[in-house]
Amino acid sequence: MAEFKEIIMPFKNTPGGIIQAFHAVQKKINYLPENAIIDAAEVFGIPVKEAYGVATFYSYFSIKPRGKYIIRICESAPCHVAGAAEIIASLERELGIKIGETTGDGKFTMELTECVGQCQATPVITINGKPYAGVTPQQVAEILAEYE
Amino acid sequence: MINVIIDGIKVSAPDNASILQAAELAGVKVPTLCYHPDQAIKANCRVCVCEVEGLPLLQAACSTPIRDGMVIRTNTPAVIEARRTILQLILAHHPQDCLNCIRNKNCELQALAEQYAIRENPFELMVRGLPRDTSTPSIVRDPDKCILCRRCEYACSEFQSVNALGLENRGNHAMIVPSLGKDLLESPCVMCGQCIHACPVGAIHENEEIDEFLAAVADPDKIVVTQMAPAVRVAIGEEVGMATGDMDMNVLVTALRQIGFDYVLHTNFTADLTILEEGNELLKRVKEGGKLPMFTSCSPGWINFCETYYPDLLDNLSTCKSPQQMFGALVKTYWAEKMGVDPSKIYSVSIMPCTAKKFEAARPEMNSSGYRDVDLVLTTRELGRLFRMTGLDFSRIAPGKFDSWMGAYTGAAVIFGATGGVMEAALRTVYEVVTGNELKDVNFTFARGMEGIKEAEIDLNGLKVRVAIAHGLANARKVMDQVRAGESPYHFIEIMACPGGCIGGGGQPITKSNAKRAERIEGIYKEDEGLLLRKSHENPEVIQIYEEFLHEPLGHKSHELLHTHYHDKNKKFL
Amino acid sequence: MAEELRLVLKNFGKINPLKVEDYLSAGGYKSLEKARSMNPLEVVEVMKKSGLRGRGGAGFNTGQKWFFAHNIQADEKFVVCNADEGEPGTYKDRIIMENDPHIVLEGMAICGHAIGATQGYIYCRGEYPGVVDTLNTAIAQAKEKGLLGDFNIEVRMGAGAYVCGEETALIESIEGNRGEPRFRPPYPPVAGLWQKPTIVNNVETFANVAQIIEKGAEWFAGIGAKSFPGTKVLTLTGDINKKIFIEVPTDTTIKEVVFGFGGGIPDGKKFKAVQIGGTSGGFIPEEFIETTIDFDSMRKIEATLGSGAVFVIDETRDIVDVVTRIAKFFEHESCGKCAPCREGTMRVHLLMDRINDGKGSQADVALLKKLSRVMASACLCGLGQAAPTPVVTTINHFGMDYHAKVQ
Repeated sequence: MAEFKEIIMPFKNTPGGIIQAFHAVQKKINYLPENAIIDAAEVFGIPVKEAYGVATFYSYFSIKPRGKYIIRICESAPCHVAGAAEIIASLERELGIKIGETTGDGKFTMELTECVGQCQATPVITINGKPYAGVTPQQVAEILAEYE
Repeated sequence: MINVIIDGIKVSAPDNASILQAAELAGVKVPTLCYHPDQAIKANCRVCVCEVEGLPLLQAACSTPIRDGMVIRTNTPAVIEARRTILQLILAHHPQDCLNCIRNKNCELQALAEQYAIRENPFELMVRGLPRDTSTPSIVRDPDKCILCRRCEYACSEFQSVNALGLENRGNHAMIVPSLGKDLLESPCVMCGQCIHACPVGAIHENEEIDEFLAAVADPDKIVVTQMAPAVRVAIGEEVGMATGDMDMNVLVTALRQIGFDYVLHTNFTADLTILEEGNELLKRVKEGGKLPMFTSCSPGWINFCETYYPDLLDNLSTCKSPQQMFGALVKTYWAEKMGVDPSKIYSVSIMPCTAKKFEAARPEMNSSGYRDVDLVLTTRELGRLFRMTGLDFSRIAPGKFDSWMGAYTGAAVIFGATGGVMEAALRTVYEVVTGNELKDVNFTFARGMEGIKEAEIDLNGLKVRVAIAHGLANARKVMDQVRAGESPYHFIEIMACPGGCIGGGGQPITKSNAKRAERIEGIYKEDEGLLLRKSHENPEVIQIYEEFLHEPLGHKSHELLHTHYHDKNKKFL
Repeated sequence: MAEELRLVLKNFGKINPLKVEDYLSAGGYKSLEKARSMNPLEVVEVMKKSGLRGRGGAGFNTGQKWFFAHNIQADEKFVVCNADEGEPGTYKDRIIMENDPHIVLEGMAICGHAIGATQGYIYCRGEYPGVVDTLNTAIAQAKEKGLLGDFNIEVRMGAGAYVCGEETALIESIEGNRGEPRFRPPYPPVAGLWQKPTIVNNVETFANVAQIIEKGAEWFAGIGAKSFPGTKVLTLTGDINKKIFIEVPTDTTIKEVVFGFGGGIPDGKKFKAVQIGGTSGGFIPEEFIETTIDFDSMRKIEATLGSGAVFVIDETRDIVDVVTRIAKFFEHESCGKCAPCREGTMRVHLLMDRINDGKGSQADVALLKKLSRVMASACLCGLGQAAPTPVVTTINHFGMDYHAKVQ
């Protein structure tokens, strides 16, 4: 608990800084546990229901635990027509999980995302924010190997 | 003033008026759903959209300010199409069980569906099938029915500063939920029920216990006794087609017998008793250097609030039980003795303007009679349903009389129902106790009215008492923060959880505006004025109970039966 | 053939974005100096006369917007750069910020001078953590050299909400709230961030400011289309040979963009449609591709210039499937505040899904049209109002494709 406060405190005097504080928490543990939301509300002097409303509004935040590496697959139209579905199928095969799930070892979580602004080559996936543009199903295993 | 034309009608409206307000002046009724007269504009339901000449898009009447020369049309084909489609969209996501709904015939969405002749819905019905939240004994949440107007959230946060309800998720997954997505009981909810008044539909309502009442009446072994709070009479008429305040007290007595009560007594009796106990407690604290300021303790929503948000100030609360619970403790002791009946056979039912009273009656410490002191709490709305069920014709009912020993009351008890009433009643008695003189004018008008926080300094023969009155918990919070900071100048503070006091309670007939609350308050003071006895210590049955049973205020028996203690709720999050 | 005209991208590939010295030697921050030697109202007038219109999608005259904020007395005002580039197929703001961050900072500081603000915010989408770093480096370097004077800039990172590209939702998000749009009026130049007068402009808009101050309003007004002068950075995606970004004068035609710069359709296939301006833009059939890309010309064909995304699909594509995918996007990105968008985006997706699966009927198509009409006119913000555009334009222009799929 004290640990979350330490992460959140530096943003205390940033007006509206709760979103930045949540980013900082997620940088550490990839999701927002209940206590982090309660602590943030206390630090920013707002009701917990407000902090919870913010935590559940933005798609980058998760109130459920996620894996160490978050794979996000863009499914916006340009990636859709470029074969995003095949990349999803390939990832699901490699990892043995479906979209929204986390691997048994807690390593990878797969999520869908909308456009990440790397459309110079499509389809695009990101792993913990690092973009991979113009991915082919054949490259998937290779990319995942970077995170072994 | 600004001149605009609405549906061809020329109208002058104040400079800062919205289209909605200007339309009202023009006699044009624009439909609304998220709009609430006492709340900030939300403009999220879009049902009030209108055409404004020169603007390509439809404009929400509630949020769009008028401009000079504006030409507005509120019923063009495009407007009607938009409204009907929006209603269909909302309805396609809403259970179609109007017949069984607690808000049947008193639902803003149902009324609009009727008004706009929604027959078939081109959108497939998709009800989410979410579980109902029955965690509290007071309030039930039915999230399937929620239409996301956010009026409950506003009432909970802005009127009450309770912050129990908030938003979760976004888009089509957005919902109003108790904080952190927990159930109401775990949230900071104080069960005041103001969310119920704010809700246009049946998404949040009282825990209805009519069946329990009917079962008790049907049981020949049970002696079913009622007490009724002072705020009930002024509002119950609204439930049976009468004007606010028009119900006659004695007619009401007969009606209560008609629906099955064996004895009809009055919470007003213990309201008068409360004044003697609480008044003496205050004087004792002042004289002996006890914890000050002292807070009143009649309002269970307020007690929940104090236990939730100000557990460090629980010692400032009067130890007096609320009139409901004093009554409960006495009816199964004193009254049973007087009547010579077995207290285990008494089924004690209170009729209250309040949802939090249901929680209060269920508190484990409320059993000082040796039994559960109050067996069942019905709200004014539930009583209204029982009246309608029995088909009573109030114009033909002969007046009746309250039963003895706990049925007499004074005007001081009556005004408990309005904000400032407990304070005024206390001053009427404390003045005479302290000064020994007769109070010539019993009206302490500073204490009356809808102003959020009222204060005064009263001179009792040189003893200067500073008092304050707050109603609505957001106002209470201001007063409490002052106390917590050690800066409160007051000796005695009356706090009522609900806006307007009990007449605006969460169990009253659905009340959309403070204007309705003010009407009920008027009814309260009219009743007080019409009574011969207007000071609690003049109540003959109160005098009698001290002579025969309690012996003295704050005495041994009183402590056992009429006083209580409070607990830090230790909420994990606020 | 038309040629690129790199104005906002003039420093692209020529300077090191992490070295302020490079920007300075390319003439950077001279415009800010010049602006500060001018009366703020003069700066506003230059901007107005230049005819620069917002590059984020709404196309409002930038100088006029600044004038509103300039004109209001307030103890505090704010300049906000909208870098929440969320339109699918768009990455032009990233290119600008990654390669020339100071051009944006300079534009913001000039705006600050013009309206009387000393605090600026850049709201950068959460998908661009690298850009946030670049911006912070640039701000630190500019501060160190005293280039921004008393003007402060803070970078805020979004957290994955397309709706935050809407300026009032963006303001809510900077304030630390759910990114839900506010109703208007009041407009942000009157009451925006923390209810203070606030100018919210897009990255590309701010990137245009310095050159306008440097070279003058007439110079700028003479470039491209008369009613929407200047250049536009476009990003080309979909079924197109060259998936590139370009900067062209606004009187360039769609055909020149797709077939000239973009090199046409791959594998010898035929052009079917192009959606310009992002996912809320209309789909444009071949008959309109001689249209110039400027705001008003696009308006005339019921399309938008928007963010400048150019998404091409070839003849083999199932346009109903593509629009179904877009409908899912809007359902996911609706904030949920207003009823017609919250419920409507979900229903549009449901109906599109049904039609796409071959289970729809003509009545579903008619219902889609009605629902689209209502959403476009009654929703609280631009998201809900624009969400049905791809549906309506494809029903209008490619009705046969729908017809082929319904029973």
